[in-house]
Amino acid sequence: MNDATGMPQTAVVIGGTSDIGRSILRALVARRLRRIILTGRYEVGLRSVADELLGIGATSVETAFCDVTDPASHTALAKDAVARLGQIDLVLVTAATLGDQSLDEVDPQATARVIDTNFTGPAAAMVAFAGVLRTQGHGRMVVLSSVAGVRVRRANFIYGSSKAGLDAFTIGLGDSLRQTGASVMVVRPGWVATRMTAGLAPGPMATTAAAVAADVVTAMGKGADVVWSPAPLKWIFAVLRLLPPALWRRMPG
Amino acid sequence: MTGLLHSEPATALAGFPTTRQVLSGWGRTAPSASDVVRITDPDDVDDLMAAAVAADRVVLARGLGRSYGDAAQCAGGVVLDATGLDTIMASDLEAGWVRVGAGVSLDTLMKVLLPRGWFVPVSPGTRFVTVGGAIAADIHGKNHHRDGSFCSHVTRLSLATPTGRHEVSPDADPDLFWATAGGMGLTGIIVDATIRLLAVETTRMLVDTERTDDLDDCMARMSARDDDYRYSVAWIDCLTRGRHLGRSVLTRGDHARLGDLPVGARAGALDFDAGGRLAVPVTPPSGLLNPLTVAAFSEAWYRKAPRRRVGHPESIPAFFHPLDGVEGWNRVYGPRGFLQYQCAVPDNAGETIRRIVERVSGQRAASFVNVLKRFGPGDPGPLSFPMAGWTLAFDLPVGAVGLGPLLDDLDTLVVDAGGRIYLAKDSRLRPEVLEAMYPGLPRWRAVRRRVDPEGRIVSDLARRLGVLCTTGRAASTTRNGVR
Repeated sequence: MNDATGMPQTAVVIGGTSDIGRSILRALVARRLRRIILTGRYEVGLRSVADELLGIGATSVETAFCDVTDPASHTALAKDAVARLGQIDLVLVTAATLGDQSLDEVDPQATARVIDTNFTGPAAAMVAFAGVLRTQGHGRMVVLSSVAGVRVRRANFIYGSSKAGLDAFTIGLGDSLRQTGASVMVVRPGWVATRMTAGLAPGPMATTAAAVAADVVTAMGKGADVVWSPAPLKWIFAVLRLLPPALWRRMPG
Repeated sequence: MTGLLHSEPATALAGFPTTRQVLSGWGRTAPSASDVVRITDPDDVDDLMAAAVAADRVVLARGLGRSYGDAAQCAGGVVLDATGLDTIMASDLEAGWVRVGAGVSLDTLMKVLLPRGWFVPVSPGTRFVTVGGAIAADIHGKNHHRDGSFCSHVTRLSLATPTGRHEVSPDADPDLFWATAGGMGLTGIIVDATIRLLAVETTRMLVDTERTDDLDDCMARMSARDDDYRYSVAWIDCLTRGRHLGRSVLTRGDHARLGDLPVGARAGALDFDAGGRLAVPVTPPSGLLNPLTVAAFSEAWYRKAPRRRVGHPESIPAFFHPLDGVEGWNRVYGPRGFLQYQCAVPDNAGETIRRIVERVSGQRAASFVNVLKRFGPGDPGPLSFPMAGWTLAFDLPVGAVGLGPLLDDLDTLVVDAGGRIYLAKDSRLRPEVLEAMYPGLPRWRAVRRRVDPEGRIVSDLARRLGVLCTTGRAASTTRNGVR
């Protein structure tokens, strides 16, 4: 059960090898999180996260295969998770791919793959888990969006638009869960140094996975619906949204 | 289910209409949804229990929702609203006892019994608790050092369980009786109970008030002279640091005797006026109560108390239930809610109380309801909270960074001192320390399993703390392909 300070005891992770997800899990295990199911496609990567979490105080970390782009598997995944954990306090949705904008924007299949991984797939999984949370009458979904989806830039419009879709979907799902005991939270990090961004030049106000995790845990304690990380991005994007399109188009990658 | 509806349509459980409702405790934290059934006929309790078992559902009783955390919630399960079990079934006002439905509130009992010269044996800080809740939490009042907790005055009770109805008393099935005393509603649904009453000659209190300069002064005065009074409690300033750390207002008193009243007032000696209730009209934003406003309140509260005043007459609501005068006062903490931390430590652990007050004042935590009191010996209930020594309680708004780790540190101080926290107030304890605080827990579990072997009676608190069975599983990483 989530406690009064918003800390969960059990969690299911969609995309269990994400660097930001791993940092969030570390911070939560330091509080009350004890039993975890990590799902994803790469068993070796999931096992590495599981071993780390067991080492710092988790009592049970299971791994399960999940291809987020295969919605046919999501209902069974959710049912299996609730059978294993009893109560699901937290569903952490971190599955994502950055893609390679310059290659993907001329390749229909690659474009679809990015959007499936970042939006369509996670949305389907969230619908499956929302059903579980509604029935059990409590639980929170924490979904990793991105400031890239707040106003989509020419330089990464495939990734950005997929996050825009996911962000909007999550807010709408949260509205549908009002008065059910369940809730959602959207996380909008800025540029974060992770494996996903390795080799890219850091963006302005670059942050770390650990800093994002700290912001997420604080926001969970406050019961926030949306968390920006770092926090000033909220105000920066309030201004950036207003830039004329001609100027916005030239925002660098 | 239709997630877009704001409240779920009513459904039924074997003929009992249910309503899906989001419930929370008095602190308004960690809400959860369950199917609520309002029961008014005691016989229906057994039928509902059977129906819930047949439908493979979990079930819990709820009273007036005054426990602070998740003790009266059962997410996804069936919650029996027991406030409809509000009949006074039998009484003997010569001998001084009543047999009442579990949903009868102490407020009702006072209104009915005070004009006849009887008072409840134990009154907590609010009249708006049910008898069932009072037993489930084994509540205490300002007279614990003298009279013990509520269940010490319960002579029998009727308990509906998945294995049938049990009539229990301290003599007949004492194990189940004392497992139910403080058992947080987890041994079954309390249907009715018989309570011994306290004879009073008037509805007035005679109160002595003293202001103390610091915490040590307060504790010394309480240790020295509490036994001279039936009721005793101290309000502590938890924001002042340094020399005046824990400066306090100590109030102690007893029921006025008829002869204490002026002759002209004796005719109406047993009149009881609960007084009108103001209400908090809207929920103010979280953060209204911050260290600045609370410091101002604390200063005013301390200054307004007389340095020393003896034998001051006060009404029962003013003495016992000052916050009951403001309906919905829990909303002043804002939408995110608040929690109460209440611990008990043995007599020799006064230093632990001091360290806790230091930690809380050092954090500038915005707490204004801070209460210190002495406990007498506890009763035999394995989950009953009171133990001989000290109890300290304070309210804190949730959401502050570092609140969780701070309270975990306080738990460690409490466990190291051989103390415990009060489950009726808890909303955040770490499960790993529960058994250290309640060493009788394995014994309690064994009694509970006898009447509820399948674990049908569950609360969010029980799930969160692993009260019914330890949650810790052997560390394991299992590989598992789901499809």
